[in-house]
Amino acid sequence: MNDRWKIIIGIIIFIIIFTIPLWLNIANKVDTDVPELVLPLGYTECIASTEYMRAYHMDILDEWRDKVVRQDVRMFNFKGEILEMSLSKTCMKCHDNKQNFCDRCHNYFGVHPYCWDCHTAPEEIKKKFATKENLKLLNDNTNNSDKEGR
Amino acid sequence: MDRRKFISLLTGTAAIGVVGKLGFEITAKSEIIKNADKNLDGKRWAMAIDLFKLKKENTYLSCIEACHQAHNVPDILDKNHEIKWIWREKYKHAFIEQEHKNLPDKITTLPVLLLCNHCDRPPCVNVCPTQATWRRNDGIVMMDWHRCIGCRYCIAACPYGSRSFNFVEPKPLIHNITDEFPARTRGVVEKCTFCAEYIVKGEYTKPPDCVSASKGAIVFGNLNDKTSEVYKILTSKFSIRRKPELSTEPEVYYIIEGEEV
Repeated sequence: MNDRWKIIIGIIIFIIIFTIPLWLNIANKVDTDVPELVLPLGYTECIASTEYMRAYHMDILDEWRDKVVRQDVRMFNFKGEILEMSLSKTCMKCHDNKQNFCDRCHNYFGVHPYCWDCHTAPEEIKKKFATKENLKLLNDNTNNSDKEGR
Repeated sequence: MDRRKFISLLTGTAAIGVVGKLGFEITAKSEIIKNADKNLDGKRWAMAIDLFKLKKENTYLSCIEACHQAHNVPDILDKNHEIKWIWREKYKHAFIEQEHKNLPDKITTLPVLLLCNHCDRPPCVNVCPTQATWRRNDGIVMMDWHRCIGCRYCIAACPYGSRSFNFVEPKPLIHNITDEFPARTRGVVEKCTFCAEYIVKGEYTKPPDCVSASKGAIVFGNLNDKTSEVYKILTSKFSIRRKPELSTEPEVYYIIEGEEV
């Protein structure tokens, strides 16, 4: 057992390296609290319970996607109210702030859903970035960056 | 039975088998044609475009504007990257095989609106490796942008140039972006969907946007319904289709009969 100290020092070094993300986060004072979501004002309930939505909202959206696009079923009944299965037309009409709702949680968990590559968030509608005036400029920028990218 | 007879019997049977199978395959209708003829919903959405009416007051421009606005089609000025759902083309380019140099000017100067023909036998559907595009039971050639992997086989297959590929990120180039319809992302193919998003339980809640903006120049409806307006127009006026010789059976008809402008 002459190597006892070597082994112990090795284990200590291993533990330090293995847990280094924790120490770095503490040193950088990274906020690790569960994010506070801003819930929409004036609404008391979603289409399912909070716990269910928190765990399975992505499954609901997947199901809606398949039903709307491929099976041509567009509406669903929520307590007698006929609603459209639509992320931007139904969900985001109540949850009208993507940054304070979707993004906070997604960023916290480090997930990057690609819904918003195509679907429009309420913020984007308000911005309306392409106007007839700046369209030419935007076009030029896009083309240039595209050429640089290759 | 000697060895010689046995071998000739064997090859003879094999030959009959091969020839019979080939003959069966040729005579049997292919899967595509079978699907084209079958219509489970009893519906066949089709469009008739009256070119003379379309020319009046440049109506075709408002049709394009209405469609591209409603469907978040970006205004890309670079011709190599542009996205088109419905666009204007010269007569001689739209109907190459029906053009000759002695045609009257009133015909050759007609603006022709081109869009996806929603073929009965769509070549784009045959080649799509992910079934991101498929033919619905009511005849609409639909697209699922979630599934498109951007291989562009469909662009190569479509004889009408109806499909566009997003070479650049389209979202920043959309004029007055709307949340009524999704935008697309870089790397997917897109095209006209006959405004399938307006269909609820098999019926249109409102006509397609180009039809609404056309001041009666475009007639849209169920071709299987003998009382529909589109059926009446097609059975009473002379109409042509693009590249009928390819037997893709396009369902967008162009009426070139009517009052002169």
